Amino acid sequence: MLLIACPYCGNRPETEFRCGGQAHIARPSDPGSLSDEQWAEHLFVRSNPRGVHAERWNHVHGCGRWFNARRDTVSDRFLETYKMGETPQSQKSTSTDSTSTQAEARA
Amino acid sequence: MLEALYRTARALPLGRAPASDPAGTGVVIKPAGAEARFALRIRDAGASAAGLPLDGPINSVRGDDRRWIARLGPDEWLIGCDESEADHLPAAIAADLGERAHAIVDVSHRNVGIDVSGPLAAVALNAGCPLDLGEAAFPAGSATRTLFGKAEIVLIRHPGAAPRYRVECWRSFSTYVHGLLAEASLGVGETARR
Repeated sequence: MLLIACPYCGNRPETEFRCGGQAHIARPSDPGSLSDEQWAEHLFVRSNPRGVHAERWNHVHGCGRWFNARRDTVSDRFLETYKMGETPQSQKSTSTDSTSTQAEARA
Repeated sequence: MLEALYRTARALPLGRAPASDPAGTGVVIKPAGAEARFALRIRDAGASAAGLPLDGPINSVRGDDRRWIARLGPDEWLIGCDESEADHLPAAIAADLGERAHAIVDVSHRNVGIDVSGPLAAVALNAGCPLDLGEAAFPAGSATRTLFGKAEIVLIRHPGAAPRYRVECWRSFSTYVHGLLAEASLGVGETARR
């Protein structure tokens, strides 16, 4: 049985979860200015990497919360899970574009 | 008043008789009596409301057998209480929470409780529930939403050394859950002897 670490409940069996597709897709700030192609790109086009993939997961038969996970699509191994709005541990030192990191930098 | 009459007349789909135990496993599966239940949702809950503690950790239950509150998520609680209390409890909770935005919903008609006890109760539950029900992972006082077979349940382990579980499922799932539990308990003794 595959265990997934829910950020709220800890390690729980995979059957309690539901996958919600790719994570960290920012909604365009001004949708009216986009062309149909750009809007379709935002709505429908997702990456399908061979390797580490950031995904949204829902602990639907548990606490009911959504969270993000980084999963290796080759080995099906969960590298880490983190709450919505948080920065993954692996990107804390390098990335500067996420809001929480910016907030930390300002503080 | 009509509400109160309606409530007491509520049929218990499983009756009240404990399931027979032909294999002599000691697992007692007994449908619970009529009880009132409420779903409470609130963000940033305080310490308590109407005498029910809201500050417990996620996936824990507080209170006693007749009045319990289980925290199922960061902002979600399931409350069980006596039918006689059902008419006053929502108002008492709303009064204690005051201006804070919250939702309290009567789900008494949706939920059916089944009490499972006996030394091998966890083994019977594990026939359909993928959780680790060992002493370290699911000690007394734990409560969580999970799956039992194909049905979603809320599993509560009452405080106390002896394993006493409450399975809360939806009404339409109750015959399935009860049947699966009864069937699982048949194999429990055999598992223990092996």
